[in-house]
Amino acid sequence: MHQTFDAALGINLLHANQAGADHNRAHFDEWGIACFNVMSSPGAGKTAILERTLAVLTAEYKIAVIEGDMTTELDADRLRKYNVPVIAINTGRSCHLDSKMVAGGIHTLAHEYNPSEIDLVLVENVGNLVCPAEFEVGEHLKIALLSITEGEDKPLKYPVMFQEADCLLITKIDLAPYLDVDVDRIVANVRQMNPHVTIIVVSAKTGEGLEAWFDWVRSQIHHLSKSPHQLSTVGEKAVALG
Amino acid sequence: MHETDMTKALIVTVKNWWKAQPEPPKISHVHLTVGKFTCVEPVSLQFAFEVQICDTFLDGAELVIQETPLIAFCHHCEQEYQPEIGIQYACPTCHSPMEDIRSGRELKIDRIEYS
Repeated sequence: MHQTFDAALGINLLHANQAGADHNRAHFDEWGIACFNVMSSPGAGKTAILERTLAVLTAEYKIAVIEGDMTTELDADRLRKYNVPVIAINTGRSCHLDSKMVAGGIHTLAHEYNPSEIDLVLVENVGNLVCPAEFEVGEHLKIALLSITEGEDKPLKYPVMFQEADCLLITKIDLAPYLDVDVDRIVANVRQMNPHVTIIVVSAKTGEGLEAWFDWVRSQIHHLSKSPHQLSTVGEKAVALG
Repeated sequence: MHETDMTKALIVTVKNWWKAQPEPPKISHVHLTVGKFTCVEPVSLQFAFEVQICDTFLDGAELVIQETPLIAFCHHCEQEYQPEIGIQYACPTCHSPMEDIRSGRELKIDRIEYS
């Protein structure tokens, strides 16, 4: 009979991804770049919000986009029209970006552009409410989107994404007259698990709420440029629905 | 199916440990702790593990997953409670939001049994 032994490891399952994310963040900090990880289900309007954001904020900041898409460059092509560096990462069959894929994007960015001139990198994750929440890519802040057509219960069903978000954009508010949706309930459901998240109700179509979103982006870039390692504090997260 | 990626990460970590041993041991069990408040499905993890270890140094090893419940601490009531995932996260007594998670976010390789 064999004698059996035990070895205690106590290592996080996502240790390798986390180490890669920390490495990416160190690059961003070194270059003075703020990095946002933009996440939502497919079709919530990530690309539309990024289009509106680039249209306005490229006048104030040097912005680059790292675009995660399963197989196409359709989203990347939409954003290239704004004359910003867009690094497309095809994730293939993987349903999320991980820190290694984003590291590849960062190296392309550093090779083809001058990273110290860039103020903000927007990472558009693959549309998915589950996996991206577990895989940090090196971001300073997590932005979640939820469109009002998705239903009030989604934060309860996909809690990790909404619990981790620093900012939640409730999108497509222009559709509210046609839907039986209770936006206050969406907000209450999110606040149950994330009381300090900044929540902004927007429409990329009409422009409603976008000024509040731009202000939030401006304040976070300002904040991160002063103290890159510090996430926004509770006191500063009180825009819009407070 | 991000459990496939997680399983790859798991196997790499275990392999690093295995290579560092003076005599390559025969691993019989890999013990994980997986919290209920994670995006990981133990059944999918088991399946991915069984598929990926075929003909490797882990062939025949068993994955043992210990699930931990979601437990939050309400600072207002000064007591722990178990939120009902998918239904209710706020404190059932005073309805304060879930802020302080004490258990349920674990994704950990605990220990390895070998001979």
